[in-house]
Amino acid sequence: MAKKNEKINWEYAPAPESTGHINLKEQYNLFIDGKWVKPNSGKYFDSINPANKEKLASVAHANEKDVDKAVKAARKAYDTVWSKMAPSERAKYIYRIARLMQERAREFAVIESLDAGKVIRESRDVDVPLACNHFFYYAGWADKLEYAFPNRKVSSLGVAGQIIPWNFPLLMAAWKIAPALATGNTVVLKPAETTSLTALKLAEIIEESGLPAGVVNIVTGFGDTGAAIVNHNDVDKIAFTGSTAVGKIIQKAIAGTHKKATLELGGKSANIILDDAPLDQAVEGIVNGIFFNQGHVCCAGSRLFVQESVADQVIEKLKHRMNSLIVGDPMDKNTDVGAINSKEQLDVINSYLKIGQAEGATMYQADCSLPKSGYYCRPTLFTDVAQSSRIVQEEIFGPVLTIQTFRTVDEVIQKANNTPYGLAAGVWTDKGSRIFNLTTKLRAGVVWANTYNKFDPTSPFGGYKESGFGREGGLHGLEAYVKLN
Amino acid sequence: MARLEVLKTYKIYIGGAFPRTESGRYYTPKNAKGEALGNICLSSRKDVRNAVVAARKAFGGWSERAAFNRGQILYRIGEMLEGRKAQFVEELQLQGVSKAKAEKEVGVAVDRLVYYAGWCDKVSQVSGGVNAVASSHFNFSVNEPTGVVGIIADQSTSLIGLVSQIAPVIAGGNSCVVLASEEIPLCAITFAEVLNSSDVPGGVVNILTGSVDEMLKPLATHMDVNAIVYASTDASKLKEIQEYAVDNLKRVRHYSQDWMDADSQGLHFITDLMEIKTTWHPIENIGGATSSY
Repeated sequence: MAKKNEKINWEYAPAPESTGHINLKEQYNLFIDGKWVKPNSGKYFDSINPANKEKLASVAHANEKDVDKAVKAARKAYDTVWSKMAPSERAKYIYRIARLMQERAREFAVIESLDAGKVIRESRDVDVPLACNHFFYYAGWADKLEYAFPNRKVSSLGVAGQIIPWNFPLLMAAWKIAPALATGNTVVLKPAETTSLTALKLAEIIEESGLPAGVVNIVTGFGDTGAAIVNHNDVDKIAFTGSTAVGKIIQKAIAGTHKKATLELGGKSANIILDDAPLDQAVEGIVNGIFFNQGHVCCAGSRLFVQESVADQVIEKLKHRMNSLIVGDPMDKNTDVGAINSKEQLDVINSYLKIGQAEGATMYQADCSLPKSGYYCRPTLFTDVAQSSRIVQEEIFGPVLTIQTFRTVDEVIQKANNTPYGLAAGVWTDKGSRIFNLTTKLRAGVVWANTYNKFDPTSPFGGYKESGFGREGGLHGLEAYVKLN
Repeated sequence: MARLEVLKTYKIYIGGAFPRTESGRYYTPKNAKGEALGNICLSSRKDVRNAVVAARKAFGGWSERAAFNRGQILYRIGEMLEGRKAQFVEELQLQGVSKAKAEKEVGVAVDRLVYYAGWCDKVSQVSGGVNAVASSHFNFSVNEPTGVVGIIADQSTSLIGLVSQIAPVIAGGNSCVVLASEEIPLCAITFAEVLNSSDVPGGVVNILTGSVDEMLKPLATHMDVNAIVYASTDASKLKEIQEYAVDNLKRVRHYSQDWMDADSQGLHFITDLMEIKTTWHPIENIGGATSSY
């Protein structure tokens, strides 16, 4: 038995996930027309592990000519094979992709964590299973589309150009590719430059599945590669997930064209704690809302609203909980908060920490040690903020929470809705009638009551106002990829 | 001595009132025979802004009305229009439509209002639903109105395009600012009088007459307008609207159809101006008991 004065070490022993079983090539080419081809530019860039700055692989940088080649391949596959295939056969290919992904789920999870800096527990339990399930879900829709759109004639669009972000690399690829294929479109997809690897591994699975050549093409690169997709004349549909600023550039670029678009953009979502909420659960919800995936979540509950009578108590509990978060090696199964995705993003977050302090807000950071190498940020909260503070108005996309208080429900509805964004919201209260009053009046596409950051393939996701338009997931996610007459 | 006819002054419709344009300007559209249709308000960008303010103010109340109540009010608009059929037929004739066609147009307009009245409390059952998520949560999606909608009314008709564009927008719980047909604006203003006597709260529908070219930019760039509906075939104007829409990510809906056609109505005209909201709540399942009976 320990002596009374003896200090007990409560730290967890390291529990690293092994990386020995994964297959990563040194260099990745572009996946076009079912083949791995060298980029026309001849250029490659490095994909870095943000947890230790080590190079994982080099990845091809596609230019306009490469994108053109990919679009042509997608068009040919659409015209000659994919649009002519019986929908039930199309479904079977998509099911096959889902199954192959499940078989290699562990490899995907490890590569995702290495490449993106996200903790292995989340890659393993959230990203990868959800990505597999997304393919499985949409596969089933392929031969049932007439049930989704009663009284209308459904047809596919053609070639879909898809541009995805770095926060959920594989999951976003699944969100984009699965519904596009189920509805009979072919795809040119560009992963984000810092997180190309799982999309390229997905291309390997697509190759293995025997999906006809050109139905899915993966072109890696930077913003110029994305712009080449957006501006290509033979693309019928743009699906973009990313920042509101880039979303607006895309909306402008496709004005006056035939291109259909869905934009899944930024957010500054309110997470609202009422005085009758189960506070310990609510604190877990706050932590999950803002520190999940290092806060690199478009629907992160980054604006916390706490009813005045319980504010002190909630903030105290929250600080206590923040101090128990384990920040560090994403590959360790005990880690709660992993690495910031890139140096660029860490710079953005740090600049907002300075802005918040300069605006007069009070900053509190979790008392934890950070690894010496790699990009990390301590879980952070700001109190004494105003509705007009930049850290309250602007999306930070990091583990940074602002806290405001309120007295009445009507007041918090006004404050929560007073933003150009409208992606998500959270409500914590034990009273059912209060839940429905708030969930009805909050102008956001997804509302979590007594929970936060839950996702499912059947559940439509997408924003109001400047958080974008169109939905992904569920029956409503099909509409983005069909023409209705 | 013959009685002197009292002529009607056509005014615009903002926030449930009939002001003249704040600019004091007018224009005098003529029919094919060269007869003046009237001195019509040439609305300004300030009128557009006032109308948007009125529409925003009305949005909260209208969107929270019970769908059943909105349906009754839409039906009431149909009743009122039917009752004033003769006046609309006369105006349509003055604007160059034959009597037979004018009578048909008003009839289709009434029927369209009745059609959308019936949709109000059925949208969420057809378009929304419960989502079978894999985790222990109750999860459902419902349609909610997008907000303030700018409508550029079909320019080739005076009544049926306007009614066909307004009805689904307000059926879904949005409020709107409507730019009437520039050349044949009479029915738009008379329709505002119908709205005004149909229990439609002031500000839910605002109707402006004047130059579409002049009003388009202030409407389509307005940061408090959430969506634009455009129903003419001018591709360059559509592009202009799509570019204006960017600053606050307005949803732009474009329709090109013959509004007299029976198929020019449907659920999607309503849901096009609605958002999908998905709500999650945990389901407690501590003991794991199942319902075995």
